[in-house]
Amino acid sequence: MTRFFDSDIFYAFRTSPVAVVSATVTVLMVLAAVFAPLIAPTNPFDPSSLNLMNGFTPPMEPNAFTGDSFLLGTDDQGRDVFSTILYGMRISLFVGVAAVLFAMVLGIFLGLLSGYVGGWTETIIMRAADVQLTFPSILVAMLIFGVAKGVTPVEYRDQMAIWVLILAIGLSDWVQFARVVRGATLVEKSKDYVAAARMIGRSPLTIMVRHILPNVLSPVLVIATISLALAIIAEATLSFLGVGAPPTQPSLGTLIRIGQGFLFSGEWWILFFPACTLLALALAVNLLGDWLRDALNPRLR
Amino acid sequence: MLSFILKRVGQSILVLLITGLVAFSMFTFVGDPIDNMLGQERTMEDVERLREQLGLDQPFVVQYYRFLEQAVQGNFGVSYRQGRPVAEILLERAPATLELAAVSGVLAIAFGIALGVFTAIRRNGIAANVIMSASLIGVSLPTFLIGILLIYLFSVELGWLPSFGRGETVDLGGWTTGFLTVSGLKALILPSITLGLYQMTLIMRLVRSEMLEVLRQDYVRFAKARGLSDRVINFRHALKNTMVPVITVIGLQLGSIIAFAIITETVFQWPGVGLLFINAIQFVDIPVMAAYLMLISVMFVGINLLVDILYAFIDPRLRVAA
Repeated sequence: MTRFFDSDIFYAFRTSPVAVVSATVTVLMVLAAVFAPLIAPTNPFDPSSLNLMNGFTPPMEPNAFTGDSFLLGTDDQGRDVFSTILYGMRISLFVGVAAVLFAMVLGIFLGLLSGYVGGWTETIIMRAADVQLTFPSILVAMLIFGVAKGVTPVEYRDQMAIWVLILAIGLSDWVQFARVVRGATLVEKSKDYVAAARMIGRSPLTIMVRHILPNVLSPVLVIATISLALAIIAEATLSFLGVGAPPTQPSLGTLIRIGQGFLFSGEWWILFFPACTLLALALAVNLLGDWLRDALNPRLR
Repeated sequence: MLSFILKRVGQSILVLLITGLVAFSMFTFVGDPIDNMLGQERTMEDVERLREQLGLDQPFVVQYYRFLEQAVQGNFGVSYRQGRPVAEILLERAPATLELAAVSGVLAIAFGIALGVFTAIRRNGIAANVIMSASLIGVSLPTFLIGILLIYLFSVELGWLPSFGRGETVDLGGWTTGFLTVSGLKALILPSITLGLYQMTLIMRLVRSEMLEVLRQDYVRFAKARGLSDRVINFRHALKNTMVPVITVIGLQLGSIIAFAIITETVFQWPGVGLLFINAIQFVDIPVMAAYLMLISVMFVGINLLVDILYAFIDPRLRVAA
């Protein structure tokens, strides 16, 4: 631990105000999402805790009928907007993190494989990556979501939506990881330690996972952080379009979709607060990723 | 040169065959068409007869070939949801999307290049720095939030512009246009800004960095030494030489505009192809999804092919490398 606090990276972090602020915001939001059930004043998905009379209460004002007051107001069904945001952030972050992890594992695996094995394996994987790169990833995610939705039986669609979303966003994002890992693997492959490991008879799988993988991880970390911001935005976009998280498990995107319906009738807070939360989250993670990229880049030191 | 073009065309056809396979297998994965066509009361004979009639007893490859044959002729079957031929629906929706994409493309290119040049020439000025910071926020702002923000400002608060639809359109022999009516033009403003903003920031930042690069070159210094005016140097010498990479990016972004139109069309309920596609996903309308997939992949593969070939003409080194 002391080694970490003495490291160059931590020094660069401590002296960069942008990094400290964005990291603080990110950590606070992740904590708020994880502990949402403890922090949230009400559970918005428990019908017994809701009172329809509380509907459309503006923020920080007592309701005309019940006298209840809510920090960020309530929506049409009397749900506390602050609580729905906390729970929505939970789903947004869960989908984002899971999708990036999925893309990362898939990309690392395919990248290592194509870099180390080469030949036909490499050609097929990298050509597939090229083809996928010609399409915008949000479009790829939409198509995968559409197909997967068609394949799941009607009665499971809402339950499965979150997992389908993770699959769709993850599959639309593996190419970045595969390309970087393949490039790094090609460099590492020709080094002496790999030759030595091969000479003492280690299996290709062991060499790939135990020897090469640890040496190609640092660029992967940067891409993962930037991908997380993109994945959160992609999830919000899909949910906003109505092809993502269902209203029974609303993410921030779904909340914005719901809030848009009240824009004209003057209940601005139902839309405004989820939108700000999404923006803050995406911006913080994005800035953190940018900083990490520069900090780990030896040419910029 | 010829072998390079042939190779690239061959690769493109292979890609289209694969996306065609994806589109086709959606039909086979998702439910049995026989179930969709015959009701509860049916005999095994009915099922067998229909299966034979539709050619569903043929091997997969034969079925796929027939699908391709039909798709090339523009026949994608009948929409499950609307009960009309998909090609007809797509043709009806296409003008809305193409007009929106054209206007936002022109906006993005015009403002992108102008602002890019401005921020490059006045790179230490206050205005240029403000524009650059604003563009950073613009990049991380999701498209749909920009759309909602514009609706809130100009439709809800100010009430100047409509928030949804195309307004009145004029039918010109099958092509409905919104260019000829006042309400049609007003309806175009917000969606095209929403759609074009991201591409605009992209073009602006590219033009700026290319300009800064070019302005450092010796020939610019030489032009200055010859006593040419700043305006001649900036526009006749520098801007001209930034155009090659800019044109490539514009070409590649053309496809993205059509794809991102899906988001804008949903925010503004714009009756185009993108909204059709989103509705198709929501209702699992496979024929529409398959047709959209094929259409968009033909477009993307075509644009990529064109850019590659144009590049090979401009830069001979690429012919050997490929």
